[in-house]
Amino acid sequence: MSNELEFLSRHVAMGRLSRRDFLGRAAALGITAPFANMLLSSAALAQTPVRGGILKAGLQGGEATNSLDPATFLSQVPFNFAKCWGEYLVALAPGGLENRLAEEFGASDDAKVWTFKIRQDVEFHNGKTVTAEDVVATLERHSNEESKSGALGIMRGIESMKADGRDVVITLKEPNADLPYLMADYHLIIQPNGGKDAPDAGISAGSYKVAVNEPGVRYVGERFANYWQPDKEGFADQVEIIVVNDPTARTSALQGGQVHMINRVEPKIVDLIKRVPGIEIKTVSGPGHYVFIMHCNTGPFDNADLRMALKLAMDREEMVDKILRGYGSVGNDFPINSSYPLFADDIEQRTYDPDKAAFHYKKSGHDGPVLLRTSEVAFPGAVDAAQLYQQTCAKAGITIEVKREPGDGYWSEVWNKQPFSTSYWGGRPTQDQMYSTAYLSSADWNDTRFFNEKFDKLLIEARAELDQDKRKNLYREMGIIVRDEGGLILPMFNQYIDAINDKVGGYGAGVNHELMDGYALARCWVKA
Amino acid sequence: MSPILTLIAQRIALGVLLLFAVSVLIFAGTQILPGDVAQSILGQSATPEALANLRKELGLNDPAIVRYFSWLGGVLTGDLGTALTTRQPIASTLMPRLWNTLFLAFWAAIVSVPLAVMLGLLAVRYRNGPIDKAISGFALASTSLPEFFIGYLLIFFVAVKMQWFPSISTVYGGMPLADKLNAIVLPATVLVLVVLAHMMRMTRAAILNVMQSAYIETAELKGLSSFDIIRKHAFPNAIAPIVNVIMLNLAFLIVGVVVVEVIFVYPGMGQYLVDHVSKRDVPVVQAVGLIFAAVYIGLNIIADIAAILANPRLRHPK
Repeated sequence: MSNELEFLSRHVAMGRLSRRDFLGRAAALGITAPFANMLLSSAALAQTPVRGGILKAGLQGGEATNSLDPATFLSQVPFNFAKCWGEYLVALAPGGLENRLAEEFGASDDAKVWTFKIRQDVEFHNGKTVTAEDVVATLERHSNEESKSGALGIMRGIESMKADGRDVVITLKEPNADLPYLMADYHLIIQPNGGKDAPDAGISAGSYKVAVNEPGVRYVGERFANYWQPDKEGFADQVEIIVVNDPTARTSALQGGQVHMINRVEPKIVDLIKRVPGIEIKTVSGPGHYVFIMHCNTGPFDNADLRMALKLAMDREEMVDKILRGYGSVGNDFPINSSYPLFADDIEQRTYDPDKAAFHYKKSGHDGPVLLRTSEVAFPGAVDAAQLYQQTCAKAGITIEVKREPGDGYWSEVWNKQPFSTSYWGGRPTQDQMYSTAYLSSADWNDTRFFNEKFDKLLIEARAELDQDKRKNLYREMGIIVRDEGGLILPMFNQYIDAINDKVGGYGAGVNHELMDGYALARCWVKA
Repeated sequence: MSPILTLIAQRIALGVLLLFAVSVLIFAGTQILPGDVAQSILGQSATPEALANLRKELGLNDPAIVRYFSWLGGVLTGDLGTALTTRQPIASTLMPRLWNTLFLAFWAAIVSVPLAVMLGLLAVRYRNGPIDKAISGFALASTSLPEFFIGYLLIFFVAVKMQWFPSISTVYGGMPLADKLNAIVLPATVLVLVVLAHMMRMTRAAILNVMQSAYIETAELKGLSSFDIIRKHAFPNAIAPIVNVIMLNLAFLIVGVVVVEVIFVYPGMGQYLVDHVSKRDVPVVQAVGLIFAAVYIGLNIIADIAAILANPRLRHPK
């Protein structure tokens, strides 16, 4: 079967192309109708889930120090395993949200009171039924300052919550039109009694039960017999995650057939992996991005002209080309791209302009080298990126001194401490969350030391605005403020690059994060 | 025998003393690492409140001296403490890792030690001939190549191309022994290649040294075959330096295999230590450091004692 036909028939099977269109396209390719029909049925067959077998993933990002307590999740392995055993209120889906434990949800007119109706008769792994009380207890645990939860920041806006029959009613301190998106945060796994009794018991209502938990080595999930949507998730009898932090070991495990899928394929070897028969590369564009950050309140970066000169001296195309090898897109100095709802795509793209950069540099009156601190851990290729940047700055007459810092301790000693450094952001599900996390004057991680009253006011205003057009305009204005006045140089948005072998069936489109937003193990099957 | 017992007791006492000194060094070392535990645990997404909470909970606000002695007290009573990051008792997570490391080291040693000694003897028997040159050349070449390079070569040819053995050596409790052995073939091979030359060359040199002695000439004149001379007269007298180098290499197999563990994804102590160092999990780093030091010191004591026992002059002092 030609590649094009195979591609088309898969699209029909996934519901993206109608049967009629397919037959038309097949005819255009010179295929007779009966044969085309036969192709279709075999594609549909290929898309029918196969039950049984063991689906294995070799993943980067697991340490011996990981725990099953969702509040502590930070790296990729706990994230991916969470989607196997954990169940959430809602999840991100292409174009919006998917209801999971929440059957439906709605807000009061002022977006201050939100009600989530909890699905009936869903069972936890320990046999208990999921109730609204469990949901409230979960949210309470993550809101507790003592919990050290990674979701603490997004829980701060909650004033009170209560269970009312099947409903969970959440009252916010300030209106927030994005609250349901916040509930999709991967830390917020619904646990029996909120996990207050045993936070790391690994019990929720996901499609797999935790069978083996060896942090930093491997995890095994066994299919949960009473899972509430058995036709959508939980096809393999077992899922297994093997922690493989070394990139070469990961690729060779995939090639040797020891695992079915891997994450974090290095951009520099993608083209080589692509040529291996039976292996397919999967990419996901997400909100994640790599940044060069300046503290707007610290000399010499408190000078708006110097900041502008440094922004103009960044060759974004080259960064995407050489650092990401094309697996990404150019940034525009504000942390939002098309993966966010309400993204304004009409903000003018900033381009590399050494003349203009030289003009602003002269105007700033700055003299001498500018010190940029970087490290391999800031993002993959950060040191190379800093050196590339040094070159493009030199063409504008700006001298950059690159200081390579040890990776160990980079996040505590350099990032958010030194005035000019490289870093990354994983992004957030909504614009409000991204801006509130790092650009609001009072933000916990205001790593550009950006204090702008007008921006803060717009952010609060947008939160309460339920009219989507007006909100989009507000976000547009905020984007422009950060782009032109902030301390952020954002050369590129990176893609997640995963690879699977030909034994994997049902691999679908991903949103925002690697391996189908972490659901690949739960939703794929091992082909017979 | 009493002078020997005294000697052994002295060695052991010295070893314990040395361990105490090492514990102080380890503790001091972990104190001067940049960054702090709380920040490393919470990563880039740490809020000041969460940091303060965690520091308080972990007892990081106590002075270093207080923390050292409370830790030492725990270790002496058999309690290695609790990991800061996972809140699990260290002993229970560390023991399986230690067994894995010992398992890999054991099989590597079982293959490499007799092989090295045999090859050493062969090299002496056919010294300066083509066999000696070939053995030395091969052993030196395999030692000169960095272990990650040998590892990747084996992965590429044996695991990916020919698919004889798995490239990932994950082993776990409850895995059948045959599966375990199959899983560790590649890392064990790399380790054998890495330690082989050192032991082989030392065996060869030590025996050749003895071969210059007058009593070897006597043996030759007696009409013994050259292999019998090596086996009966040269080898027993060369055993002390050979045992020494074997023990050094055994110690390497246990404490120095981080790179091999990472390449083959083997769940041993090395990877465990690296994970905890990067998270500043001080109690675990200290516990692992102490175990490594104990292994090293212990094996060296054994080497010393073996040397003493092998030498009649030391065994029967006048």
